[in-house]
Amino acid sequence: MTVVDPPVEAATLEDADPAPVTGKGHRRREALTAYAFLAPCLVVFAVFFFYAFGNLVWLSLRRQNNLGTASIWQPSQLWDVLKSELFTGALRTTLAFLLFTIPLGLVLGTLLAVAAHRRLKGIRIFQTIFSSTVASSTAVASVIFLVLINPSVGYFSNVSFFSLADPATALRGVALSSIWQNLGLTFIIVLAGLQAVPDELNEAATLDGFGPMRRFFKVTIPLISPTLLFLVVILAIFGMQAYAQVDILTSGGPNEATQTLVWRIFANRQAADIGKGAALSVGLFGVTLLITLVQFTLLERRVHYGR
Amino acid sequence: MAAEVQQARWKKVLWYVVLIALAFVVLFPVYMTIVRAISTPVDYFNAGQPPWPVSIQANPWSTAFEKGNLGPKLGVSVAMTLIIVVFQVATSILAAYAFAFLRFPLKRVLFALFIATLMLPIEVTLIPNLQTIRSLSWLNSIQGLTVPFLASAFGVFLIRQGFLGIPRDLRDAAQLDGFGHLAFIRRVAVPVTRPVIAAFTVLSFITAWNQYTWPRAAVTDERWQTLQVGLKSLTGATIEQSNIGVAGALIAALPLVLILLIFQRHVVRGLTAGAVKG
Repeated sequence: MTVVDPPVEAATLEDADPAPVTGKGHRRREALTAYAFLAPCLVVFAVFFFYAFGNLVWLSLRRQNNLGTASIWQPSQLWDVLKSELFTGALRTTLAFLLFTIPLGLVLGTLLAVAAHRRLKGIRIFQTIFSSTVASSTAVASVIFLVLINPSVGYFSNVSFFSLADPATALRGVALSSIWQNLGLTFIIVLAGLQAVPDELNEAATLDGFGPMRRFFKVTIPLISPTLLFLVVILAIFGMQAYAQVDILTSGGPNEATQTLVWRIFANRQAADIGKGAALSVGLFGVTLLITLVQFTLLERRVHYGR
Repeated sequence: MAAEVQQARWKKVLWYVVLIALAFVVLFPVYMTIVRAISTPVDYFNAGQPPWPVSIQANPWSTAFEKGNLGPKLGVSVAMTLIIVVFQVATSILAAYAFAFLRFPLKRVLFALFIATLMLPIEVTLIPNLQTIRSLSWLNSIQGLTVPFLASAFGVFLIRQGFLGIPRDLRDAAQLDGFGHLAFIRRVAVPVTRPVIAAFTVLSFITAWNQYTWPRAAVTDERWQTLQVGLKSLTGATIEQSNIGVAGALIAALPLVLILLIFQRHVVRGLTAGAVKG
Protein backbone atom coordinates (compact mmCIF):
# COMPACT_ATOMS: atom_id res chain seq x y z
CA MET A 1 0.00 0.00 0.00
CA THR A 2 1.57 3.22 -1.00
CA VAL A 3 -0.78 6.12 -1.28
CA VAL A 4 -3.53 6.47 1.24
CA ASP A 5 -5.48 9.59 0.49
CA PRO A 6 -5.88 11.67 3.61
CA PRO A 7 -9.06 13.55 4.20
CA VAL A 8 -8.22 16.71 2.32
CA GLU A 9 -10.79 19.10 3.58
CA ALA A 10 -10.39 22.70 2.64
CA ALA A 11 -7.54 22.94 5.10
CA THR A 12 -8.19 25.47 7.76
CA LEU A 13 -4.73 26.42 8.82
CA GLU A 14 -5.84 29.12 11.19
CA ASP A 15 -7.38 26.64 13.61
CA ALA A 16 -4.19 26.52 15.61
CA ASP A 17 -4.77 29.21 18.16
CA PRO A 18 -2.55 32.25 17.86
CA ALA A 19 0.10 32.57 20.51
CA PRO A 20 0.18 35.87 22.38
CA VAL A 21 1.77 38.47 20.16
CA THR A 22 5.04 39.64 21.61
CA GLY A 23 6.89 41.82 19.18
CA LYS A 24 8.56 41.42 15.85
CA GLY A 25 11.67 39.55 16.98
CA HIS A 26 9.53 36.84 18.51
CA ARG A 27 7.57 36.49 15.27
CA ARG A 28 10.72 36.10 13.24
CA ARG A 29 12.16 33.52 15.55
CA GLU A 30 8.92 31.55 15.36
CA ALA A 31 9.01 31.63 11.56
CA LEU A 32 12.64 30.52 11.50
CA THR A 33 11.84 27.63 13.83
CA ALA A 34 8.97 26.63 11.57
CA TYR A 35 11.17 26.61 8.47
CA ALA A 36 13.84 24.64 10.28
CA PHE A 37 11.22 22.04 11.28
CA LEU A 38 9.88 21.85 7.74
CA ALA A 39 13.31 21.72 6.13
CA PRO A 40 13.91 17.94 6.18
CA CYS A 41 10.55 17.24 4.52
CA LEU A 42 11.00 20.10 2.09
CA VAL A 43 14.41 18.88 0.92
CA VAL A 44 13.09 15.39 0.19
CA PHE A 45 9.94 16.73 -1.48
CA ALA A 46 11.89 19.29 -3.51
CA VAL A 47 14.30 16.73 -4.97
CA PHE A 48 12.23 13.56 -5.27
CA PHE A 49 8.81 15.02 -5.98
CA PHE A 50 8.94 18.52 -7.47
CA TYR A 51 12.25 18.45 -9.30
CA ALA A 52 11.38 14.89 -10.33
CA PHE A 53 8.04 15.96 -11.74
CA GLY A 54 9.55 18.90 -13.64
CA ASN A 55 12.26 16.62 -14.97
CA LEU A 56 9.62 14.07 -15.96
CA VAL A 57 7.72 16.58 -18.09
CA TRP A 58 11.00 17.86 -19.56
CA LEU A 59 12.08 14.32 -20.46
CA SER A 60 8.71 13.54 -22.01
CA LEU A 61 9.15 16.45 -24.41
CA ARG A 62 12.59 15.41 -25.62
CA ARG A 63 13.44 12.59 -27.98
CA GLN A 64 16.44 10.36 -27.36
CA ASN A 65 18.72 9.04 -30.05
CA ASN A 66 18.96 5.27 -30.32
CA LEU A 67 21.82 5.00 -27.86
CA GLY A 68 20.31 7.33 -25.31
CA THR A 69 23.41 9.50 -25.44
CA ALA A 70 21.74 12.65 -26.73
CA SER A 71 18.28 14.13 -27.02
CA ILE A 72 16.54 16.83 -28.98
CA TRP A 73 13.61 19.09 -28.13
CA GLN A 74 10.55 17.44 -29.65
CA PRO A 75 7.38 18.20 -27.70
CA SER A 76 5.26 16.24 -30.17
CA GLN A 77 6.71 13.08 -28.63
CA LEU A 78 4.39 13.34 -25.61
CA TRP A 79 1.25 13.38 -27.73
CA ASP A 80 2.65 10.77 -30.12
CA VAL A 81 3.24 8.35 -27.27
CA LEU A 82 -0.10 9.05 -25.59
CA LYS A 83 -2.03 8.20 -28.73
CA SER A 84 0.15 5.23 -29.66
CA GLU A 85 -0.59 1.62 -28.84
CA LEU A 86 2.21 1.75 -26.29
CA PHE A 87 0.06 3.93 -24.03
CA THR A 88 -3.51 3.11 -25.08
CA GLY A 89 -2.87 -0.64 -25.00
CA ALA A 90 -1.35 -0.44 -21.53
CA LEU A 91 -4.19 1.81 -20.38
CA ARG A 92 -6.74 -0.68 -21.68
CA THR A 93 -5.01 -3.51 -19.83
CA THR A 94 -4.82 -1.44 -16.65
CA LEU A 95 -8.49 -0.40 -16.82
CA ALA A 96 -9.52 -4.02 -17.44
CA PHE A 97 -7.48 -4.89 -14.36
CA LEU A 98 -9.42 -2.26 -12.37
CA LEU A 99 -12.71 -3.67 -13.67
CA PHE A 100 -11.76 -7.10 -12.36
CA THR A 101 -10.31 -6.03 -9.03
CA ILE A 102 -12.54 -3.20 -7.79
CA PRO A 103 -16.10 -4.60 -8.00
CA LEU A 104 -15.19 -8.11 -6.93
CA GLY A 105 -12.83 -6.90 -4.19
CA LEU A 106 -15.41 -4.50 -2.85
CA VAL A 107 -18.24 -7.05 -2.81
CA LEU A 108 -16.08 -9.71 -1.14
CA GLY A 109 -14.68 -7.25 1.40
CA THR A 110 -18.17 -6.00 2.25
CA LEU A 111 -19.40 -9.58 2.57
CA LEU A 112 -16.62 -10.33 5.06
CA ALA A 113 -17.35 -7.14 6.99
CA VAL A 114 -21.09 -7.76 7.19
CA ALA A 115 -20.51 -11.33 8.33
CA ALA A 116 -18.03 -10.25 11.01
CA HIS A 117 -20.02 -7.25 12.22
CA ARG A 118 -22.11 -8.93 14.90
CA ARG A 119 -21.97 -9.96 18.51
CA LEU A 120 -20.92 -13.58 18.60
CA LYS A 121 -18.50 -15.46 20.78
CA GLY A 122 -15.08 -15.61 19.12
CA ILE A 123 -15.91 -12.97 16.53
CA ARG A 124 -12.52 -11.33 17.16
CA ILE A 125 -10.80 -14.43 15.82
CA PHE A 126 -12.74 -14.17 12.57
CA GLN A 127 -12.04 -10.45 12.37
CA THR A 128 -8.31 -11.15 12.73
CA ILE A 129 -8.44 -13.85 10.06
CA PHE A 130 -10.36 -11.61 7.66
CA SER A 131 -7.91 -8.75 8.08
CA SER A 132 -4.88 -11.05 7.86
CA THR A 133 -4.13 -10.50 4.17
CA VAL A 134 -2.99 -7.00 5.16
CA ALA A 135 0.22 -8.73 6.23
CA SER A 136 0.86 -9.82 2.68
CA SER A 137 2.81 -7.58 0.33
CA THR A 138 2.02 -7.62 -3.37
CA ALA A 139 5.13 -9.74 -3.93
CA VAL A 140 4.17 -12.23 -1.23
CA ALA A 141 0.59 -12.46 -2.53
CA SER A 142 1.95 -13.07 -6.01
CA VAL A 143 4.17 -15.91 -4.83
CA ILE A 144 1.26 -17.40 -2.89
CA PHE A 145 -0.90 -17.28 -5.99
CA LEU A 146 1.87 -18.76 -8.06
CA VAL A 147 1.43 -21.82 -5.85
CA LEU A 148 -2.23 -21.93 -6.83
CA ILE A 149 -2.28 -20.88 -10.47
CA ASN A 150 1.22 -21.37 -11.90
CA PRO A 151 0.52 -22.78 -15.40
CA SER A 152 2.88 -25.74 -14.98
CA VAL A 153 2.98 -26.53 -11.27
CA GLY A 154 0.02 -24.65 -9.77
CA TYR A 155 -2.66 -26.39 -7.73
CA PHE A 156 -5.39 -25.00 -9.99
CA SER A 157 -3.25 -24.98 -13.14
CA ASN A 158 -5.97 -26.73 -15.15
CA VAL A 159 -8.68 -24.17 -14.39
CA SER A 160 -8.90 -22.30 -17.67
CA PHE A 161 -10.94 -19.35 -16.38
CA PHE A 162 -7.88 -17.67 -14.85
CA SER A 163 -5.07 -19.50 -16.63
CA LEU A 164 -1.86 -17.48 -16.71
CA ALA A 165 -0.81 -19.29 -19.89
CA ASP A 166 -3.63 -17.93 -22.05
CA PRO A 167 -3.49 -14.27 -23.19
CA ALA A 168 -7.28 -14.09 -22.96
CA THR A 169 -7.40 -15.02 -19.26
CA ALA A 170 -3.99 -14.20 -17.75
CA LEU A 171 -5.10 -10.81 -16.47
CA ARG A 172 -7.85 -12.50 -14.44
CA GLY A 173 -5.24 -14.62 -12.71
CA VAL A 174 -3.18 -11.54 -11.87
CA ALA A 175 -6.33 -9.76 -10.68
CA LEU A 176 -7.23 -12.69 -8.45
CA SER A 177 -4.01 -12.36 -6.48
CA SER A 178 -4.58 -8.60 -6.04
CA ILE A 179 -8.18 -9.09 -4.94
CA TRP A 180 -7.05 -11.54 -2.29
CA GLN A 181 -4.21 -9.26 -1.18
CA ASN A 182 -6.48 -6.23 -0.76
CA LEU A 183 -9.26 -8.18 0.92
CA GLY A 184 -7.87 -7.48 4.39
CA LEU A 185 -7.67 -3.74 3.82
CA THR A 186 -11.16 -3.63 2.29
CA PHE A 187 -12.54 -5.65 5.18
CA ILE A 188 -10.94 -3.42 7.83
CA ILE A 189 -12.22 -0.22 6.26
CA VAL A 190 -15.77 -1.44 5.57
CA LEU A 191 -16.00 -2.89 9.08
CA ALA A 192 -14.95 0.46 10.56
CA GLY A 193 -17.65 2.07 8.41
CA LEU A 194 -20.27 -0.37 9.65
CA GLN A 195 -19.24 0.17 13.26
CA ALA A 196 -19.74 3.91 12.81
CA VAL A 197 -23.41 3.39 11.86
CA PRO A 198 -25.48 4.11 14.98
CA ASP A 199 -27.43 1.10 16.27
CA GLU A 200 -30.54 3.25 16.75
CA LEU A 201 -30.89 3.70 12.99
CA ASN A 202 -31.07 -0.03 12.38
CA GLU A 203 -33.43 -0.44 15.31
CA ALA A 204 -35.68 2.31 14.01
CA ALA A 205 -35.68 0.70 10.56
CA THR A 206 -36.60 -2.64 12.13
CA LEU A 207 -39.50 -1.01 13.99
CA ASP A 208 -40.63 0.45 10.68
CA GLY A 209 -40.90 -3.13 9.43
CA PHE A 210 -37.71 -3.20 7.32
CA GLY A 211 -36.43 -6.75 6.79
CA PRO A 212 -32.70 -7.47 7.02
CA MET A 213 -32.17 -7.18 3.24
CA ARG A 214 -34.07 -3.94 2.93
CA ARG A 215 -32.31 -2.59 6.02
CA PHE A 216 -28.95 -3.42 4.45
CA PHE A 217 -29.63 -1.82 1.08
CA LYS A 218 -31.77 1.14 2.25
CA VAL A 219 -30.03 2.08 5.49
CA THR A 220 -26.57 0.57 5.81
CA ILE A 221 -25.27 0.93 2.26
CA PRO A 222 -26.27 4.61 1.88
CA LEU A 223 -24.70 5.38 5.26
CA ILE A 224 -21.38 3.72 4.45
CA SER A 225 -21.35 4.95 0.84
CA PRO A 226 -18.60 7.54 1.54
CA THR A 227 -16.47 4.69 2.92
CA LEU A 228 -17.18 2.57 -0.15
CA LEU A 229 -16.35 5.47 -2.44
CA PHE A 230 -13.09 6.01 -0.59
CA LEU A 231 -12.30 2.34 -1.14
CA VAL A 232 -13.11 2.53 -4.84
CA VAL A 233 -10.59 5.35 -5.15
CA ILE A 234 -7.93 3.58 -3.07
CA LEU A 235 -8.36 0.34 -5.02
CA ALA A 236 -8.31 2.27 -8.29
CA ILE A 237 -5.06 3.98 -7.33
CA PHE A 238 -3.53 0.66 -6.24
CA GLY A 239 -4.66 -0.86 -9.52
CA MET A 240 -3.18 1.97 -11.55
CA GLN A 241 0.15 1.27 -9.84
CA ALA A 242 0.06 -2.48 -10.41
CA TYR A 243 3.53 -3.77 -11.18
CA ALA A 244 4.87 -6.39 -8.75
CA GLN A 245 2.04 -8.86 -9.38
CA VAL A 246 2.61 -8.65 -13.15
CA ASP A 247 6.38 -8.87 -12.78
CA ILE A 248 6.19 -12.00 -10.62
CA LEU A 249 3.17 -13.82 -12.05
CA THR A 250 3.50 -13.25 -15.81
CA SER A 251 6.41 -10.90 -16.62
CA GLY A 252 3.93 -8.97 -18.76
CA GLY A 253 3.01 -11.99 -20.88
CA PRO A 254 1.71 -14.08 -22.39
CA ASN A 255 1.83 -12.14 -25.63
CA GLU A 256 1.88 -8.74 -23.82
CA ALA A 257 -1.58 -9.48 -22.37
CA THR A 258 -0.72 -8.29 -18.86
CA GLN A 259 1.48 -5.30 -19.62
CA THR A 260 0.02 -2.67 -17.32
CA LEU A 261 0.98 1.00 -17.51
CA VAL A 262 3.61 0.78 -14.80
CA TRP A 263 4.96 -2.39 -16.37
CA ARG A 264 5.59 -0.46 -19.61
CA ILE A 265 7.02 2.53 -17.74
CA PHE A 266 9.41 0.12 -16.07
CA ALA A 267 10.31 -1.48 -19.40
CA ASN A 268 11.12 1.96 -20.84
CA ARG A 269 13.29 3.23 -18.00
CA GLN A 270 16.67 2.86 -19.72
CA ALA A 271 18.45 5.79 -21.35
CA ALA A 272 17.49 5.01 -24.96
CA ASP A 273 13.73 4.83 -24.17
CA ILE A 274 13.59 7.39 -21.38
CA GLY A 275 11.55 9.88 -23.42
CA LYS A 276 8.87 7.29 -24.14
CA GLY A 277 8.91 6.10 -20.53
CA ALA A 278 8.53 9.68 -19.30
CA ALA A 279 5.60 10.28 -21.65
CA LEU A 280 3.92 7.11 -20.35
CA SER A 281 4.46 8.38 -16.80
CA VAL A 282 2.83 11.70 -17.63
CA GLY A 283 -0.11 9.68 -18.93
CA LEU A 284 -0.26 7.68 -15.70
CA PHE A 285 -0.20 10.93 -13.73
CA GLY A 286 -3.05 12.33 -15.83
CA VAL A 287 -5.27 9.30 -15.35
CA THR A 288 -4.59 9.18 -11.60
CA LEU A 289 -5.40 12.89 -11.34
CA LEU A 290 -8.66 12.28 -13.17
CA ILE A 291 -9.64 9.54 -10.72
CA THR A 292 -8.94 11.83 -7.78
CA LEU A 293 -10.94 14.68 -9.30
CA VAL A 294 -13.90 12.36 -9.84
CA GLN A 295 -13.66 11.40 -6.18
CA PHE A 296 -13.79 15.03 -5.08
CA THR A 297 -16.74 15.81 -7.35
CA LEU A 298 -18.69 12.83 -6.03
CA LEU A 299 -17.93 13.70 -2.41
CA GLU A 300 -19.00 17.28 -3.04
CA ARG A 301 -22.33 16.15 -4.47
CA ARG A 302 -22.95 13.85 -1.52
CA VAL A 303 -22.42 16.75 0.86
CA HIS A 304 -25.04 18.77 -1.01
CA TYR A 305 -27.52 15.94 -0.82
CA GLY A 306 -26.82 15.77 2.89
CA ARG A 307 -28.19 19.27 3.36
CA MET B 1 -41.44 -17.93 22.75
CA ALA B 2 -39.53 -21.20 22.67
CA ALA B 3 -39.77 -21.18 18.90
CA GLU B 4 -38.16 -17.75 18.83
CA VAL B 5 -35.25 -18.85 21.01
CA GLN B 6 -34.85 -21.86 18.80
CA GLN B 7 -34.82 -19.63 15.73
CA ALA B 8 -32.23 -17.31 17.26
CA ARG B 9 -30.01 -20.27 18.01
CA TRP B 10 -30.29 -21.56 14.45
CA LYS B 11 -29.44 -18.13 13.15
CA LYS B 12 -26.31 -18.11 15.29
CA VAL B 13 -25.24 -21.50 14.01
CA LEU B 14 -25.86 -20.34 10.46
CA TRP B 15 -23.64 -17.30 10.95
CA TYR B 16 -20.85 -19.48 12.35
CA VAL B 17 -21.11 -21.69 9.26
CA VAL B 18 -20.87 -18.61 7.02
CA LEU B 19 -17.95 -17.20 9.01
CA ILE B 20 -16.03 -20.48 8.92
CA ALA B 21 -16.64 -20.84 5.18
CA LEU B 22 -15.34 -17.31 4.59
CA ALA B 23 -12.33 -17.90 6.83
CA PHE B 24 -11.57 -21.00 4.78
CA VAL B 25 -11.65 -19.01 1.53
CA VAL B 26 -9.37 -16.30 2.95
CA LEU B 27 -6.87 -18.73 4.44
CA PHE B 28 -6.83 -21.43 1.76
CA PRO B 29 -4.09 -19.76 -0.34
CA VAL B 30 -1.90 -19.44 2.76
CA TYR B 31 -2.56 -23.02 3.76
CA MET B 32 -1.57 -24.32 0.32
CA THR B 33 1.57 -22.19 0.46
CA ILE B 34 2.56 -23.70 3.78
CA VAL B 35 1.84 -27.19 2.44
CA ARG B 36 4.13 -26.55 -0.51
CA ALA B 37 6.83 -24.97 1.64
CA ILE B 38 7.13 -27.87 4.07
CA SER B 39 6.77 -30.72 1.57
CA THR B 40 9.72 -32.31 -0.21
CA PRO B 41 9.15 -30.94 -3.73
CA VAL B 42 9.72 -34.03 -5.90
CA ASP B 43 7.70 -36.31 -3.62
CA TYR B 44 4.92 -33.73 -3.50
CA PHE B 45 4.64 -33.59 -7.28
CA ASN B 46 4.86 -37.35 -7.61
CA ALA B 47 1.95 -37.60 -5.20
CA GLY B 48 -0.08 -35.40 -7.55
CA GLN B 49 -0.04 -32.15 -5.53
CA PRO B 50 -2.50 -33.16 -2.81
CA PRO B 51 -3.94 -30.51 -0.46
CA TRP B 52 -1.82 -31.87 2.39
CA PRO B 53 1.95 -32.02 2.92
CA VAL B 54 4.00 -34.93 1.54
CA SER B 55 7.29 -36.10 3.17
CA ILE B 56 7.60 -33.12 5.44
CA GLN B 57 11.12 -31.68 5.52
CA ALA B 58 12.92 -31.38 8.82
CA ASN B 59 13.60 -27.69 8.39
CA PRO B 60 12.43 -26.16 5.11
CA TRP B 61 13.29 -22.66 6.19
CA SER B 62 16.99 -23.21 6.68
CA THR B 63 17.20 -24.83 3.21
CA ALA B 64 15.39 -21.86 1.73
CA PHE B 65 17.70 -19.52 3.57
CA GLU B 66 20.79 -21.19 2.17
CA LYS B 67 19.69 -21.99 -1.36
CA GLY B 68 17.90 -18.71 -1.84
CA ASN B 69 20.66 -16.72 -0.13
CA LEU B 70 17.97 -15.02 1.93
CA GLY B 71 20.20 -13.80 4.79
CA PRO B 72 21.69 -10.78 2.99
CA LYS B 73 18.33 -9.91 1.44
CA LEU B 74 16.73 -9.95 4.85
CA GLY B 75 19.52 -7.67 6.08
CA VAL B 76 18.94 -5.13 3.30
CA SER B 77 15.18 -5.19 3.90
CA VAL B 78 15.55 -4.67 7.64
CA ALA B 79 18.06 -1.83 7.26
CA MET B 80 16.01 -0.09 4.58
CA THR B 81 12.78 -0.38 6.55
CA LEU B 82 14.23 0.83 9.86
CA ILE B 83 15.89 3.86 8.28
CA ILE B 84 12.73 4.85 6.41
CA VAL B 85 10.49 4.42 9.47
CA VAL B 86 12.74 6.34 11.87
CA PHE B 87 13.19 9.24 9.47
CA GLN B 88 9.57 9.37 8.34
CA VAL B 89 8.30 9.52 11.90
CA ALA B 90 10.86 12.15 12.93
CA THR B 91 10.46 14.42 9.90
CA SER B 92 6.68 14.11 10.05
CA ILE B 93 6.54 15.07 13.73
CA LEU B 94 8.65 18.18 13.14
CA ALA B 95 6.67 19.33 10.11
CA ALA B 96 3.35 18.51 11.79
CA TYR B 97 4.35 20.64 14.78
CA ALA B 98 5.19 23.59 12.52
CA PHE B 99 1.85 23.32 10.69
CA ALA B 100 -0.16 22.82 13.88
CA PHE B 101 1.37 25.36 16.26
CA LEU B 102 3.64 27.87 14.54
CA ARG B 103 2.83 30.94 12.49
CA PHE B 104 5.01 31.72 9.52
CA PRO B 105 4.76 33.28 6.06
CA LEU B 106 3.74 31.03 3.15
CA LYS B 107 2.08 28.51 5.45
CA ARG B 108 -0.82 27.94 3.05
CA VAL B 109 1.45 27.59 0.05
CA LEU B 110 3.71 25.10 1.78
CA PHE B 111 0.74 23.12 3.02
CA ALA B 112 -0.62 22.94 -0.53
CA LEU B 113 2.79 21.77 -1.76
CA PHE B 114 2.77 19.00 0.84
CA ILE B 115 -0.69 17.94 -0.37
CA ALA B 116 0.56 17.94 -3.95
CA THR B 117 3.18 15.28 -3.18
CA LEU B 118 0.36 12.82 -2.57
CA MET B 119 -0.45 13.03 -6.26
CA LEU B 120 3.04 11.85 -7.16
CA PRO B 121 3.50 8.19 -6.23
CA ILE B 122 6.89 6.67 -6.96
CA GLU B 123 5.45 4.90 -10.01
CA VAL B 124 4.90 8.27 -11.69
CA THR B 125 8.32 9.67 -10.80
CA LEU B 126 10.20 6.39 -11.21
CA ILE B 127 12.11 7.46 -14.31
CA PRO B 128 13.33 10.91 -13.21
CA ASN B 129 14.13 9.64 -9.71
CA LEU B 130 16.18 6.81 -11.19
CA GLN B 131 18.06 9.43 -13.14
CA THR B 132 18.68 11.44 -9.98
CA ILE B 133 19.87 8.38 -8.06
CA ARG B 134 22.10 7.37 -10.93
CA SER B 135 23.70 10.79 -11.16
CA LEU B 136 24.38 10.72 -7.40
CA SER B 137 25.97 7.26 -7.86
CA TRP B 138 23.38 5.87 -5.47
CA LEU B 139 22.28 2.88 -7.52
CA ASN B 140 22.87 -0.23 -5.41
CA SER B 141 23.21 1.64 -2.12
CA ILE B 142 21.25 2.09 1.07
CA GLN B 143 20.90 5.82 0.25
CA GLY B 144 19.31 4.98 -3.08
CA LEU B 145 16.83 2.66 -1.37
CA THR B 146 15.86 5.05 1.41
CA VAL B 147 16.45 8.75 0.74
CA PRO B 148 13.46 9.28 -1.61
CA PHE B 149 11.21 8.04 1.22
CA LEU B 150 12.57 9.89 4.24
CA ALA B 151 9.55 12.21 4.36
CA SER B 152 5.84 11.41 4.14
CA ALA B 153 3.11 13.98 3.57
CA PHE B 154 0.57 11.46 4.82
CA GLY B 155 2.47 11.23 8.11
CA VAL B 156 2.56 15.02 8.40
CA PHE B 157 -1.23 15.27 7.97
CA LEU B 158 -2.04 12.43 10.30
CA ILE B 159 0.19 13.70 13.10
CA ARG B 160 -0.81 17.34 12.58
CA GLN B 161 -4.41 16.23 13.02
CA GLY B 162 -3.40 14.62 16.32
CA PHE B 163 -1.51 17.73 17.46
CA LEU B 164 -4.50 19.98 16.75
CA GLY B 165 -6.44 17.95 19.29
CA ILE B 166 -4.10 18.90 22.12
CA PRO B 167 -6.04 21.09 24.58
CA ARG B 168 -4.97 24.70 24.79
CA ASP B 169 -4.59 24.47 28.57
CA LEU B 170 -1.86 21.92 28.14
CA ARG B 171 0.03 24.22 25.79
CA ASP B 172 -0.39 27.22 28.05
CA ALA B 173 0.84 25.25 31.03
CA ALA B 174 3.86 24.05 29.10
CA GLN B 175 4.57 27.60 27.98
CA LEU B 176 4.41 28.80 31.58
CA ASP B 177 6.83 26.06 32.54
CA GLY B 178 9.22 27.56 30.01
CA PHE B 179 9.20 24.61 27.59
CA GLY B 180 10.90 25.32 24.29
CA HIS B 181 9.55 23.87 21.05
CA LEU B 182 11.59 20.68 21.18
CA ALA B 183 10.86 20.11 24.87
CA PHE B 184 7.16 20.60 24.20
CA ILE B 185 7.29 18.10 21.35
CA ARG B 186 9.19 15.52 23.36
CA ARG B 187 7.47 15.84 26.70
CA VAL B 188 3.93 16.83 25.79
CA ALA B 189 2.92 16.64 22.13
CA VAL B 190 4.34 13.21 21.31
CA PRO B 191 3.25 11.43 24.51
CA VAL B 192 -0.25 12.87 24.25
CA THR B 193 -0.70 11.82 20.61
CA ARG B 194 0.97 8.45 20.98
CA PRO B 195 -1.89 6.43 19.41
CA VAL B 196 -1.73 8.50 16.23
CA ILE B 197 2.04 8.34 16.04
CA ALA B 198 1.99 4.60 16.71
CA ALA B 199 -0.56 4.14 13.94
CA PHE B 200 1.61 6.04 11.50
CA THR B 201 4.75 4.18 12.59
CA VAL B 202 3.11 0.82 11.96
CA LEU B 203 1.75 1.97 8.61
CA SER B 204 5.12 3.38 7.60
CA PHE B 205 6.78 0.07 8.53
CA ILE B 206 4.31 -1.97 6.49
CA THR B 207 4.68 0.28 3.46
CA ALA B 208 8.48 0.35 3.57
CA TRP B 209 8.84 -3.38 4.17
CA ASN B 210 6.44 -4.23 1.32
CA GLN B 211 7.98 -1.93 -1.29
CA TYR B 212 8.65 -3.56 -4.62
CA THR B 213 8.75 -1.26 -7.65
CA TRP B 214 11.42 1.17 -6.45
CA PRO B 215 13.84 -1.37 -4.91
CA ARG B 216 13.46 -3.44 -8.06
CA ALA B 217 14.48 -0.43 -10.19
CA ALA B 218 17.12 1.15 -7.95
CA VAL B 219 19.06 -2.08 -7.41
CA THR B 220 20.84 -3.93 -10.20
CA ASP B 221 23.38 -5.76 -8.05
CA GLU B 222 21.99 -8.85 -6.31
CA ARG B 223 23.83 -7.98 -3.11
CA TRP B 224 21.53 -5.00 -2.58
CA GLN B 225 18.31 -6.86 -3.37
CA THR B 226 15.54 -6.66 -0.80
CA LEU B 227 13.63 -9.73 0.30
CA GLN B 228 10.47 -8.74 -1.60
CA VAL B 229 12.34 -8.26 -4.87
CA GLY B 230 14.38 -11.40 -4.27
CA LEU B 231 11.19 -13.45 -4.23
CA LYS B 232 10.87 -13.13 -7.99
CA SER B 233 14.18 -14.79 -8.76
CA LEU B 234 13.38 -17.57 -6.26
CA THR B 235 10.10 -18.51 -7.92
CA GLY B 236 11.36 -19.23 -11.41
CA ALA B 237 13.30 -22.27 -10.28
CA THR B 238 12.83 -25.95 -11.12
CA ILE B 239 10.48 -28.40 -9.41
CA GLU B 240 13.27 -29.50 -7.08
CA GLN B 241 13.54 -25.93 -5.83
CA SER B 242 9.91 -24.92 -6.13
CA ASN B 243 9.55 -24.73 -2.37
CA ILE B 244 12.31 -22.13 -1.90
CA GLY B 245 10.42 -19.10 -3.19
CA VAL B 246 7.39 -20.21 -1.24
CA ALA B 247 9.34 -20.50 1.99
CA GLY B 248 10.90 -17.12 1.21
CA ALA B 249 7.45 -15.57 0.85
CA LEU B 250 6.43 -16.89 4.25
CA ILE B 251 9.60 -15.43 5.78
CA ALA B 252 8.87 -12.09 4.07
CA ALA B 253 5.34 -12.07 5.49
CA LEU B 254 6.29 -13.13 9.02
CA PRO B 255 7.28 -9.70 10.45
CA LEU B 256 4.02 -8.23 9.26
CA VAL B 257 1.96 -11.08 10.66
CA LEU B 258 3.58 -10.44 14.03
CA ILE B 259 3.00 -6.69 13.78
CA LEU B 260 -0.60 -7.24 12.81
CA LEU B 261 -1.19 -9.55 15.77
CA ILE B 262 0.57 -7.31 18.30
CA PHE B 263 -0.46 -3.87 17.04
CA GLN B 264 -3.82 -4.73 15.49
CA ARG B 265 -5.49 -1.68 16.96
CA HIS B 266 -2.85 0.69 15.57
CA VAL B 267 -2.94 -0.96 12.16
CA VAL B 268 -6.69 -0.54 12.00
CA ARG B 269 -6.46 3.06 13.14
CA GLY B 270 -3.80 3.84 10.53
CA LEU B 271 -5.60 2.14 7.69
CA THR B 272 -8.97 3.67 8.44
CA ALA B 273 -7.61 7.20 8.91
CA GLY B 274 -9.38 9.29 6.35
CA ALA B 275 -11.88 6.62 5.42
CA VAL B 276 -14.37 6.98 8.23
CA LYS B 277 -15.17 10.20 9.95
CA GLY B 278 -16.21 10.36 13.55
